[in-house]
Amino acid sequence: MTIQEMPGSTAYRPSPAPAWQPRTDPAPLLPDSEPYRVLGTEAAAGADPALLRRLYAELVRGRRYNAQATALTRQGRLAVYPSSTGQEACEVTAAMVLREQDWLFPSYRDTLAVVARGLDPVQALTLLRGDWHTGYDPRETRIAPLCTPLATQLPHAVGLAHAARLKGDDVVALAMVGDGGTSEGDFHEALNFAAVWQAPVVFLVQNNGFAISVPLAKQTAAPSLAHKAVGYGMPGRLVDGNDAAAMHEVLTEAVERARRGGGPTLIEAVTYRMEAHTNADDATRYRGDSEVDAWRAHDPIALLERELTTRGLLDDDGIREAKEAAETMAADLRAGMNAEPVLDPMDLFTHVYAERTEQLREQEAQLRAELQAEADAEASPEAEDGR
Amino acid sequence: MSSTTVAPGTKKTAAKPASMAQALQRALRDAMAEDPTVHVMGEDVGALGGVFRITDGLVKEFGEDRCTDTPLAEAGILGAAVGMAMYGLRPVVEMQFDAFAYPAFEQLASHVAKMRNRTRGALPMPLTIRIPYGGGIGGVEHHSDSSEAYYMATPGLHVVTPATVEDAYGMLREAIASDDPVVFLEPKRLYWSKADWKPDAPATVAPIGKAVVRRPGRSATLITYGPSLPVCLEAAEAATAEGWDLEVVDLRTLVPFDDETVAASVRRTGRAVVVHESAGFGGPGGEIAARITERCFHHLEAPVLRVAGLDVPYPPPMLERHHLPGVDRVLDAVARLQWED
Repeated sequence: MTIQEMPGSTAYRPSPAPAWQPRTDPAPLLPDSEPYRVLGTEAAAGADPALLRRLYAELVRGRRYNAQATALTRQGRLAVYPSSTGQEACEVTAAMVLREQDWLFPSYRDTLAVVARGLDPVQALTLLRGDWHTGYDPRETRIAPLCTPLATQLPHAVGLAHAARLKGDDVVALAMVGDGGTSEGDFHEALNFAAVWQAPVVFLVQNNGFAISVPLAKQTAAPSLAHKAVGYGMPGRLVDGNDAAAMHEVLTEAVERARRGGGPTLIEAVTYRMEAHTNADDATRYRGDSEVDAWRAHDPIALLERELTTRGLLDDDGIREAKEAAETMAADLRAGMNAEPVLDPMDLFTHVYAERTEQLREQEAQLRAELQAEADAEASPEAEDGR
Repeated sequence: MSSTTVAPGTKKTAAKPASMAQALQRALRDAMAEDPTVHVMGEDVGALGGVFRITDGLVKEFGEDRCTDTPLAEAGILGAAVGMAMYGLRPVVEMQFDAFAYPAFEQLASHVAKMRNRTRGALPMPLTIRIPYGGGIGGVEHHSDSSEAYYMATPGLHVVTPATVEDAYGMLREAIASDDPVVFLEPKRLYWSKADWKPDAPATVAPIGKAVVRRPGRSATLITYGPSLPVCLEAAEAATAEGWDLEVVDLRTLVPFDDETVAASVRRTGRAVVVHESAGFGGPGGEIAARITERCFHHLEAPVLRVAGLDVPYPPPMLERHHLPGVDRVLDAVARLQWED
């Protein structure tokens, strides 16, 4: 029995819903169907040659940094290193498009972006080396701590950018996350807050194909990660993450748009993680050589090198120069990492609260006594034996 | 937490607030008026003034930039507040109900509590997270949890809970002024029920981090906080008929813990009962009992007892009176302190 058939309801007429229309025209928010490319296309002719050469030098340096850091894990100098080999164009451009007053919110894989922003290469590895959690002052460097929990730094970027705007400061926050991170609740909440507040934030998703071993197809059913932007009311851009010129252009556009008060942008950079998740992972268990080889043919350095050499903007000397500069950086990094870090266990209590609680004072005294006992035992092992 | 920025009960604007809810509201207003970096944010804190009306009128007085209705997303609210604190603001976040704060727990545990430590002091987190907590108001499920044990177990957080109108004002002002994150637990059943707390209880001025003896006594100590304080004061009055002269200690702050006041009291009385609403197993009472035993073993005439909520998910309103520790359950525990077997 429907409501119309119910006794006494003969006069029932469904009333029309109040007028509804979407708040925003979704069309301009939709990403392109293909990742945006510059290198190897006509658009490359419009790119600034000096910029392209600078990008090239940075990519070469970044590749060498990844190789050196990975080597340091084998020597036991680094506890772990999540390599961004293959993703250098994303890392380097993310740092290069920011001005001094802007903030970078990196994830644990984005050491390279932090270095490209100008941080000392050794300091950038503090977290991964295991000697402390953050090796730099975020306020001084305007780089948030490398964030290990997935996507949780994204709402921080939104809050910081929002606060800066409330204060009238000309600050943009660029937050980096991987494809796996886009499944996290914090990703959703951050994008939603940013769009509602029209906060000057750029979200850069590096879609490198895998969240450790889980491929993108098992991560999302969306047409692309950039499509997710539409639902929040912000533009989504799909870009070739191995094309440094395209990355630089798209990121610059988004950063400038945010700076002008145009609100947030979601950028999906389609790239590939050439190495395993970290040195502790075995990528052969979840992907084949042919897939890796296909991406090897689309290497970000090779792409840019071909563009530059074809157009006569780079010769063998230029290539050698870039490699030599990268070798110098690698040698400095090795030297810096070979110095044994000196840790003071008493520092454990220094930055828990602004002031130590009574409980921490007690524990501090206990640890100090333990250290003293250790030192005494070392000084006179016989006394220790005879105890 | 050392800097007492406000002496509760002595500040002119705090004179005779009518209820705890109004005292809290006054504290927010005064803090915002004095410090332009204080921002109130949360779900419904604007036009509605919060579901408990604690933020009533703030948006009118300070505008939407200072009192912000956020999207409904607790992790987003707290996560954004972290970023705002990174940029030098002092956010005061409202979580609408105790159990609604759980989605924000990762932000709380992984970032709010640790940011100072992770950055070696470069990024302190001067934010206050206000959470109405506890039962006794007939709320349906997810509206009556006592979650303090989770917060207590997370180093880097201060966990405080006022039980009087004076403390509600003074401690919220202190929490907002603190350079560390404070989980500010508001006993929601005391928001309006002025009669539930002793108006003649000594209005002791004490900073966050200090417990207060609300009722001096000689024969045993009731150690409690927040919503259970009125219960303990009532039990102490009732116990006089049995010849018990009970001391009542209001902890006020769970982290940092005031061992000194608690131990001094138990050494005087030789007997102690810890009373709280949250579940007993793995709850604050276990920690407190252990601390007392470690410090006062030779002074104890009986084991430290706990009177806590049952170890069950918070019950439906029609059964909550069986869960919440009431005066009779406290008196039963006091009777067991004779320890004659």
